[in-house]
Amino acid sequence: MPVTITGAGRDVTAALSGEVDHHHARAIMDELDRLADTALPRRLTLDLSGVSFMDSSGIAVLLRAYRRAQELDGAVRVVHVPDQAWRVLRAAGLERLMTFE
Amino acid sequence: MRQRPENEAALTFLSRSSNEGFARTAAACFAAQLDPTLDEINDIKTAVSEAVTNCIVHAYPDALGKILLRLRIYGRDTVEILVKDSGVGIPDVDKAMEPLFTTGNEERSGMGFTIMESFMDRVKVRSAPGKGTAVTMTKRLARRIGGGA
Repeated sequence: MPVTITGAGRDVTAALSGEVDHHHARAIMDELDRLADTALPRRLTLDLSGVSFMDSSGIAVLLRAYRRAQELDGAVRVVHVPDQAWRVLRAAGLERLMTFE
Repeated sequence: MRQRPENEAALTFLSRSSNEGFARTAAACFAAQLDPTLDEINDIKTAVSEAVTNCIVHAYPDALGKILLRLRIYGRDTVEILVKDSGVGIPDVDKAMEPLFTTGNEERSGMGFTIMESFMDRVKVRSAPGKGTAVTMTKRLARRIGGGA
Protein backbone atom coordinates (compact mmCIF):
# COMPACT_ATOMS: atom_id res chain seq x y z
CA MET A 1 0.00 0.00 0.00
CA PRO A 2 1.48 3.38 -0.95
CA VAL A 3 -0.52 5.17 1.77
CA THR A 4 -1.05 4.06 5.39
CA ILE A 5 -3.59 6.02 7.37
CA THR A 6 -3.60 6.40 11.14
CA GLY A 7 -5.19 8.80 13.57
CA ALA A 8 -8.43 9.53 15.29
CA GLY A 9 -11.32 11.79 14.43
CA ARG A 10 -10.28 14.65 12.23
CA ASP A 11 -6.61 14.56 13.15
CA VAL A 12 -5.19 12.14 10.61
CA THR A 13 -1.74 11.01 9.51
CA ALA A 14 -1.17 9.60 6.05
CA ALA A 15 2.20 7.89 5.65
CA LEU A 16 3.38 7.68 2.04
CA SER A 17 5.82 4.98 1.07
CA GLY A 18 7.84 3.84 -1.91
CA GLU A 19 8.45 5.84 -5.06
CA VAL A 20 6.26 8.89 -5.59
CA ASP A 21 6.55 9.23 -9.36
CA HIS A 22 4.08 9.57 -12.23
CA HIS A 23 3.61 5.78 -12.29
CA HIS A 24 2.43 5.69 -8.66
CA ALA A 25 0.92 9.19 -8.28
CA ARG A 26 -2.62 8.29 -9.36
CA ALA A 27 -2.98 5.55 -6.71
CA ILE A 28 -1.61 7.84 -3.99
CA MET A 29 -3.94 10.69 -5.03
CA ASP A 30 -6.92 8.33 -5.02
CA GLU A 31 -6.07 7.15 -1.48
CA LEU A 32 -5.70 10.73 -0.23
CA ASP A 33 -8.95 11.76 -1.96
CA ARG A 34 -10.76 8.88 -0.27
CA LEU A 35 -9.30 9.99 3.04
CA ALA A 36 -10.48 13.56 2.47
CA ASP A 37 -13.96 12.34 1.53
CA THR A 38 -14.42 9.97 4.47
CA ALA A 39 -12.41 11.39 7.39
CA LEU A 40 -12.86 15.09 6.53
CA PRO A 41 -9.53 15.79 8.25
CA ARG A 42 -9.16 19.11 10.00
CA ARG A 43 -5.47 18.48 10.50
CA LEU A 44 -3.77 16.26 7.94
CA THR A 45 -0.18 15.15 8.52
CA LEU A 46 1.67 13.71 5.56
CA ASP A 47 4.54 11.53 6.75
CA LEU A 48 7.14 11.07 4.00
CA SER A 49 9.65 9.00 6.01
CA GLY A 50 8.95 5.92 3.87
CA VAL A 51 9.38 7.71 0.52
CA SER A 52 12.41 6.30 -1.31
CA PHE A 53 12.13 8.61 -4.34
CA MET A 54 10.06 11.60 -5.37
CA ASP A 55 9.89 13.62 -8.58
CA SER A 56 7.61 16.48 -9.62
CA SER A 57 4.63 14.11 -9.44
CA GLY A 58 5.06 14.42 -5.67
CA ILE A 59 4.55 18.18 -5.98
CA ALA A 60 1.20 17.48 -7.69
CA VAL A 61 0.27 14.96 -4.96
CA LEU A 62 1.02 17.40 -2.15
CA LEU A 63 -0.68 20.33 -3.89
CA ARG A 64 -3.82 18.26 -4.38
CA ALA A 65 -3.86 17.20 -0.72
CA TYR A 66 -3.36 20.84 0.25
CA ARG A 67 -6.26 22.03 -1.94
CA ARG A 68 -8.57 19.32 -0.60
CA ALA A 69 -7.65 20.30 2.96
CA GLN A 70 -8.35 23.94 2.19
CA GLU A 71 -11.80 23.02 0.91
CA LEU A 72 -12.40 21.41 4.31
CA ASP A 73 -10.98 24.41 6.12
CA GLY A 74 -8.18 22.19 7.35
CA ALA A 75 -4.40 22.37 7.48
CA VAL A 76 -1.64 20.21 6.04
CA ARG A 77 1.63 19.47 7.78
CA VAL A 78 4.41 17.52 6.08
CA VAL A 79 6.85 15.63 8.30
CA HIS A 80 9.96 13.44 7.99
CA VAL A 81 10.84 14.59 4.48
CA PRO A 82 13.86 12.72 3.04
CA ASP A 83 16.64 14.89 1.55
CA GLN A 84 15.93 13.94 -2.07
CA ALA A 85 12.21 14.71 -1.78
CA TRP A 86 12.95 17.95 0.05
CA ARG A 87 15.12 19.20 -2.82
CA VAL A 88 12.26 18.55 -5.27
CA LEU A 89 9.61 20.18 -3.07
CA ARG A 90 11.82 23.17 -2.36
CA ALA A 91 12.47 23.68 -6.09
CA ALA A 92 8.71 24.21 -6.40
CA GLY A 93 8.58 26.56 -3.41
CA LEU A 94 6.10 24.38 -1.51
CA GLU A 95 7.59 25.44 1.81
CA ARG A 96 5.87 28.80 1.24
CA LEU A 97 2.49 27.06 1.04
CA MET A 98 2.48 24.39 3.71
CA THR A 99 4.23 23.57 6.95
CA PHE A 100 7.27 21.28 6.84
CA GLU A 101 8.69 19.81 10.02
CA MET B 1 31.65 19.45 -25.79
CA ARG B 2 32.45 17.51 -28.94
CA GLN B 3 35.26 15.39 -27.70
CA ARG B 4 34.89 11.64 -27.89
CA PRO B 5 32.96 10.12 -24.99
CA GLU B 6 34.93 7.93 -22.59
CA ASN B 7 31.99 5.60 -22.27
CA GLU B 8 28.51 5.26 -23.68
CA ALA B 9 25.39 3.16 -23.16
CA ALA B 10 21.99 3.34 -24.81
CA LEU B 11 18.63 1.82 -24.04
CA THR B 12 15.36 1.88 -25.92
CA PHE B 13 12.12 1.14 -24.13
CA LEU B 14 8.38 1.59 -24.57
CA SER B 15 6.57 4.61 -23.13
CA ARG B 16 4.99 2.67 -20.29
CA SER B 17 4.94 4.41 -16.94
CA SER B 18 6.39 1.29 -15.32
CA ASN B 19 9.62 2.10 -17.20
CA GLU B 20 10.11 5.40 -15.34
CA GLY B 21 11.76 3.61 -12.42
CA PHE B 22 13.77 1.42 -14.76
CA ALA B 23 15.14 4.41 -16.70
CA ARG B 24 16.26 6.42 -13.69
CA THR B 25 17.84 3.37 -12.05
CA ALA B 26 19.70 2.52 -15.28
CA ALA B 27 21.03 6.08 -15.51
CA ALA B 28 22.12 5.99 -11.87
CA CYS B 29 23.90 2.65 -12.37
CA PHE B 30 25.78 3.98 -15.41
CA ALA B 31 26.81 7.18 -13.61
CA ALA B 32 28.00 5.16 -10.59
CA GLN B 33 31.32 4.48 -12.38
CA LEU B 34 32.23 8.16 -11.77
CA ASP B 35 31.98 7.58 -8.01
CA PRO B 36 29.29 10.24 -7.49
CA THR B 37 27.96 11.37 -4.15
CA LEU B 38 24.51 10.20 -3.08
CA ASP B 39 23.16 13.71 -3.79
CA GLU B 40 24.58 13.61 -7.32
CA ILE B 41 23.04 10.19 -7.97
CA ASN B 42 19.68 11.46 -6.69
CA ASP B 43 19.94 14.56 -8.92
CA ILE B 44 20.51 12.36 -11.98
CA LYS B 45 17.66 9.99 -11.05
CA THR B 46 15.28 12.91 -10.54
CA ALA B 47 16.17 14.65 -13.81
CA VAL B 48 15.87 11.41 -15.82
CA SER B 49 12.53 10.67 -14.19
CA GLU B 50 11.22 14.07 -15.29
CA ALA B 51 12.47 13.77 -18.87
CA VAL B 52 11.15 10.23 -19.32
CA THR B 53 7.80 11.07 -17.74
CA ASN B 54 7.44 13.98 -20.17
CA CYS B 55 7.83 11.51 -23.07
CA ILE B 56 5.28 9.14 -21.60
CA VAL B 57 2.68 11.80 -20.83
CA HIS B 58 3.19 14.33 -23.62
CA ALA B 59 5.09 12.78 -26.55
CA TYR B 60 2.85 9.74 -26.86
CA PRO B 61 -0.49 10.80 -25.34
CA ASP B 62 -2.64 8.19 -27.08
CA ALA B 63 -0.31 5.36 -27.98
CA LEU B 64 2.85 3.58 -26.94
CA GLY B 65 6.04 4.79 -28.55
CA LYS B 66 9.76 4.28 -28.19
CA ILE B 67 12.01 6.29 -25.89
CA LEU B 68 15.79 6.38 -26.28
CA LEU B 69 17.94 6.91 -23.20
CA ARG B 70 21.57 7.48 -24.16
CA LEU B 71 24.15 7.91 -21.44
CA ARG B 72 27.65 9.23 -22.02
CA ILE B 73 30.65 10.04 -19.92
CA TYR B 74 33.06 12.76 -21.01
CA GLY B 75 36.45 13.12 -19.38
CA ARG B 76 36.61 11.95 -15.77
CA ASP B 77 33.68 13.80 -14.30
CA THR B 78 30.93 14.73 -16.77
CA VAL B 79 27.82 12.76 -17.56
CA GLU B 80 25.58 13.58 -20.53
CA ILE B 81 22.08 12.16 -20.73
CA LEU B 82 19.95 12.20 -23.87
CA VAL B 83 16.24 11.37 -23.63
CA LYS B 84 14.70 11.26 -27.07
CA ASP B 85 11.27 10.39 -28.42
CA SER B 86 9.62 10.35 -31.84
CA GLY B 87 6.32 11.70 -30.56
CA VAL B 88 4.16 14.74 -31.14
CA GLY B 89 6.85 17.34 -30.41
CA ILE B 90 6.57 20.64 -28.55
CA PRO B 91 5.22 23.62 -30.53
CA ASP B 92 6.80 26.23 -28.20
CA VAL B 93 9.78 24.96 -26.21
CA ASP B 94 10.33 28.22 -24.29
CA LYS B 95 6.73 28.16 -23.10
CA ALA B 96 6.92 24.48 -22.17
CA MET B 97 9.95 25.19 -20.00
CA GLU B 98 8.24 27.88 -17.96
CA PRO B 99 7.57 26.87 -14.34
CA LEU B 100 4.00 25.66 -13.73
CA PHE B 101 3.18 25.44 -17.44
CA THR B 102 1.60 22.08 -18.21
CA THR B 103 -0.73 20.57 -20.75
CA GLY B 104 -0.84 17.37 -18.70
CA ASN B 105 -3.49 16.15 -16.31
CA GLU B 106 -3.65 16.78 -12.59
CA GLU B 107 -0.86 14.30 -11.87
CA ARG B 108 1.54 16.77 -13.48
CA SER B 109 2.70 19.91 -11.75
CA GLY B 110 4.32 21.78 -14.63
CA MET B 111 7.63 21.68 -12.76
CA GLY B 112 9.42 18.97 -14.77
CA PHE B 113 11.77 21.22 -16.77
CA THR B 114 12.37 23.44 -13.73
CA ILE B 115 13.48 20.38 -11.76
CA MET B 116 15.72 19.21 -14.63
CA GLU B 117 17.33 22.64 -14.82
CA SER B 118 17.88 22.94 -11.10
CA PHE B 119 19.30 19.42 -10.70
CA MET B 120 21.55 19.34 -13.78
CA ASP B 121 24.14 21.88 -14.98
CA ARG B 122 22.76 22.25 -18.47
CA VAL B 123 19.50 21.26 -20.18
CA LYS B 124 19.04 21.62 -23.93
CA VAL B 125 15.72 20.89 -25.61
CA ARG B 126 15.27 20.40 -29.34
CA SER B 127 11.82 19.66 -30.67
CA ALA B 128 9.92 19.59 -33.92
CA PRO B 129 6.13 19.21 -34.01
CA GLY B 130 5.21 15.80 -35.42
CA LYS B 131 8.81 14.56 -35.26
CA GLY B 132 9.71 14.36 -31.61
CA THR B 133 11.76 15.88 -28.83
CA ALA B 134 15.34 15.45 -27.65
CA VAL B 135 16.38 16.58 -24.19
CA THR B 136 20.12 16.64 -23.52
CA MET B 137 21.24 17.16 -19.94
CA THR B 138 24.77 17.39 -18.63
CA LYS B 139 26.14 17.36 -15.13
CA ARG B 140 29.70 17.75 -13.97
CA LEU B 141 30.31 15.81 -10.82
CA ALA B 142 32.45 17.14 -8.00
CA ARG B 143 35.93 15.65 -8.00
CA ARG B 144 36.55 14.03 -4.69
CA ILE B 145 39.98 13.77 -3.18
CA GLY B 146 41.10 10.19 -3.66
CA GLY B 147 38.13 9.48 -5.93
CA GLY B 148 38.65 6.87 -8.64
CA ALA B 149 38.55 7.54 -12.37
